[in-house]
Amino acid sequence: MGGLAHYLEHAGIPTTSISLIREHSERMRPPRTLWVPFELGRPLGVPNDAAFQRAVVLAALQLLEVEDGPVVLQDYAVEAPAVITSADGWACPLNLPPVEAAGEIGPLTTAFQQEMQQMRSWYDLAVSRRGSTTVGASGLHIEALADFICTLLAGRIPQVPTAEIPLVRRVNLVADDIRALYAEALTAQPGQDVVGADQLADWFYTETAAGRVFHALRAAGSNREDAELQAITGSLAVPARLASGA
Amino acid sequence: MARLQDLPEGMRSYLTDLPCPVFATQPWVRGPSLRDRKVAIISTAGLHRRTDRPFASGAGDYRIIPGDTARGDLVMTHLSQNFDRTGFQQDWNVAFPLDRLRELAAEGKIGGVADYHYSFMGATGPEQMQAVTGELARLLHGDAVDAVLLVPI
Repeated sequence: MGGLAHYLEHAGIPTTSISLIREHSERMRPPRTLWVPFELGRPLGVPNDAAFQRAVVLAALQLLEVEDGPVVLQDYAVEAPAVITSADGWACPLNLPPVEAAGEIGPLTTAFQQEMQQMRSWYDLAVSRRGSTTVGASGLHIEALADFICTLLAGRIPQVPTAEIPLVRRVNLVADDIRALYAEALTAQPGQDVVGADQLADWFYTETAAGRVFHALRAAGSNREDAELQAITGSLAVPARLASGA
Repeated sequence: MARLQDLPEGMRSYLTDLPCPVFATQPWVRGPSLRDRKVAIISTAGLHRRTDRPFASGAGDYRIIPGDTARGDLVMTHLSQNFDRTGFQQDWNVAFPLDRLRELAAEGKIGGVADYHYSFMGATGPEQMQAVTGELARLLHGDAVDAVLLVPI
């Protein structure tokens, strides 16, 4: 972000930046920076709170009126509202299909398919209420997401509508869509819209069949004889702290 | 929160060791009063319209987000899994505060909102984005933009 600010300002465009990592701004010294003490992924602090977001935007824009450049780095003093973490004893309100920690692929994919159906009710409600969804970046229809992953887990290359996106990239976009579907479904449930990102990732990767399928797919990647399948399944990205598996 | 000392060790080390360019010059462009400025958003969240190409690994290019893009048409194809996406999933303004800019323009706090906004994918180093910033500046000038709000993820 600091680099872009420098390049644009150099090209004659006045900039003001929000920063989530103060240390990076200190090193790159962009012209005007508002450092905010918010979670990575939430530069405006909190969803569905226009007043809170508005104050952050205005604070960043007001740096454009500061005269004592060429480097202004200001700290935003207001913390974002707290989110639910594991320390709060959170548990998912849904009874998901039981999954063995290390089981056969067949029962695991069956549990995953059932779970996807269970999530759909809440997901559909979320879409209806919000009027939008972030699911769909993979280019696959929502009904095809689970089949795509299960086909890969079974050791076959799935059919896709176009070859425009390399399969190595597509598998991660499909995984993003599945995670987004689960997150949008969960946060639509009563009282769950303030579940923190770490808590949600812990739940997804350790308690859901989908998470176990993702771990199984990554593990399978290293055992494939087919080099293409190995590259595709082995590339599946999971958060660094959860990459070792459930 | 994004204080380095509060992040898990792996993430903290990664961010601490991440190379950051150091610049020999300090450009500083002045402009009119905030209430007369037209503001554009440039995000590094890997945002784009649903029908656009997803961002690829190492991509230093950008996607155009027209001001009339509907919120349901904006998706995120950032490569990293190490940040929260649930905020954006619930409310695009958490990462792309276009509605907030419109409100500020309606209140007269800023002069106006750009017709076009842009997004990069921040897993790419800033040096790889430099090649397109000249053309981006010309596009912003063409849109009469005189303030850019840079929003990370």
